[in-house]
Amino acid sequence: MKAKSLRSHTLFVLVGLLLVFGAPSLLSDFRLSLLAKYLCFAILAIGVDLSWGYGGMLALGQGVFFGLGGYCMGMYLKLKSAGPGQLPDFMTWSGVDKLPALWKPFRYAWFALPMAVLLPAFVAWMLGSLIFRQRVRGAYFAILTQALAVAFVTLLVGQQGLTGGTNGLTNVRDLLGLNLRDSGDRHVLYLIVVGVLGVVFIIARQLVRSRYGRLLVAVRDGEDRVRFLGYDPAKVKTSAFAISAGMAGLAGALFVPVVGIISPALLGVVPSIEMVIWVAVGGRATIYGAALGAVVVNWAKTNLSERYPSGWLYFQGALFVIVMMFAPRGLAGIRSTVSGTVAHLRARFDWRDRSSGAGSSTDVIDRAEAVA
Amino acid sequence: MSVPLLEVRGLEVVFDGFRAIDGVDFTVNEGELRFLIGPNGAGKTTLVDVVTGLTKPAGGSVSWNGGQLNSVTGSGIELIGMREFDIVRLGIGRTFQTAFVFEQLSVIDNLDLAATYRTRSRSLLRRRRHVDARITDTLETIGLMDLAERPAAVLSHGQRQWLEIGMLLVQDHQLLLLDEPVAGMSKSERRRTGELLQQIAKDRTVVVIEHDMDFLRDFASVVTVLHEGRLLCEGSVGEVQSDPRVQEVYLGRNKSPAAAEAV
Repeated sequence: MKAKSLRSHTLFVLVGLLLVFGAPSLLSDFRLSLLAKYLCFAILAIGVDLSWGYGGMLALGQGVFFGLGGYCMGMYLKLKSAGPGQLPDFMTWSGVDKLPALWKPFRYAWFALPMAVLLPAFVAWMLGSLIFRQRVRGAYFAILTQALAVAFVTLLVGQQGLTGGTNGLTNVRDLLGLNLRDSGDRHVLYLIVVGVLGVVFIIARQLVRSRYGRLLVAVRDGEDRVRFLGYDPAKVKTSAFAISAGMAGLAGALFVPVVGIISPALLGVVPSIEMVIWVAVGGRATIYGAALGAVVVNWAKTNLSERYPSGWLYFQGALFVIVMMFAPRGLAGIRSTVSGTVAHLRARFDWRDRSSGAGSSTDVIDRAEAVA
Repeated sequence: MSVPLLEVRGLEVVFDGFRAIDGVDFTVNEGELRFLIGPNGAGKTTLVDVVTGLTKPAGGSVSWNGGQLNSVTGSGIELIGMREFDIVRLGIGRTFQTAFVFEQLSVIDNLDLAATYRTRSRSLLRRRRHVDARITDTLETIGLMDLAERPAAVLSHGQRQWLEIGMLLVQDHQLLLLDEPVAGMSKSERRRTGELLQQIAKDRTVVVIEHDMDFLRDFASVVTVLHEGRLLCEGSVGEVQSDPRVQEVYLGRNKSPAAAEAV
């Protein structure tokens, strides 16, 4: 137990050093900002893993929370870029001549930045306390969250003057004194993402190792049994769902300055399903597996799309099917899956050897009897 | 023995027009080890389901007199309409016919999970640092000390039942409702379970659903017989066995002496 925790601490420090010092010196500016994007997705994937991997809630609308965080940040950045008293560019194009009331508080960083986390968490908490008490779960929950994603995208696209419509919010310049077009400042932004990921990772790990984490797993495996132990499973699920949404919001808020855009295409049904695939590929119910899955899948996506522009979707589908069939525990569980398969095969060959041996010996006896 | 711990009055449960329980009165006194028997479909499990809030009855009342009585009326708490986990928090624990333990968690974590059900959410966020004395005692009682750190998935059928009972013991309930705890157990496991039941019944009230007659003879004191949703009779094992109505229920109309002997 001790040795194991020492090993995981060492691994954590090594990966941290690699991300902080290794990656910036090895990668070009372009690749480094791609890595920053993947790490944003890793933050989101850790949240998905908490609610799905540990809590058993398959949410297919995580994009909504990612988007809420992203738009909170986007609104702040747009107002900042427009300058004091000015309207964001897209509003002028849509014929809006006065800043909408919804936008006003997002002028302030102290409001916009916490909101990027609190708003998605609050929405998820409201949703959770409404539906988990009614014992909506499994496929019904998945469909419900997916419908939410559809509704959210429709709303964003429809309110052109308020949200930038299909184009979303683009053309952002600086964040808290960082010039988002300067390569040195982008390096700092990358380090901020690494730092946030580290903190989220530690929080998530602390959560799943605590009694609350055990309780969450117990709710996943036997919600009704937990109820008869005197716990309210609805509360456990709602809190996990809200934390997961908060992490998605945080990821969205970091994504906007890193990539420079937030738009409905990034948070609809298809992206939401992809987020679940990252976690499935990386390995459910292991925090590092989820983070790893997000980075590896997105890295593969970039590289494959560069070479075979239309091939990615097929590849992603195939990857998902292969993982589900041959490595249901994902990349993180591949070692135990392989050793399990080897043990299984060995047992099977042993049995076959023995049974074929036995078969031949009875053959001999049969023949001997026939001769006699 | 002044006020009964649990009082069920005029209980009626209807499933799609089928009367699963039809006017049952059922009283459990403090400190009893009560057995609840009856053929399949008699309504034993349904009765426990109503007490623990899983099934909503069509009529009747379930009054709980454990803990503090209502100072104004002097009566107990009405359990019908309460949520399952609130009933548990009053001090009523139950097991199910098929033992359910959390396979991914270790034996000790299963017990710890049960033991912390009243813990405030803040301290739930901490890790388990040491093992509570209560948990060690319970491990001893249910005989799973050697398997404490193993995942519950490795437990045998009998051990799972014991772990489930252990999870109720660490919760320190006043009343335990055990649904067929010895079903599917081997002879020696049954004997151990019977002794375990007698041991735990010293400090608390226990109601056991069972229909194995040998087991009853060895371990029961007071037996309640249900049949087709009604209370058939109540008494000691000897009284119940010699009651002609019970014999008829268990054996149908075939009253051959050999069959009567089997009861």
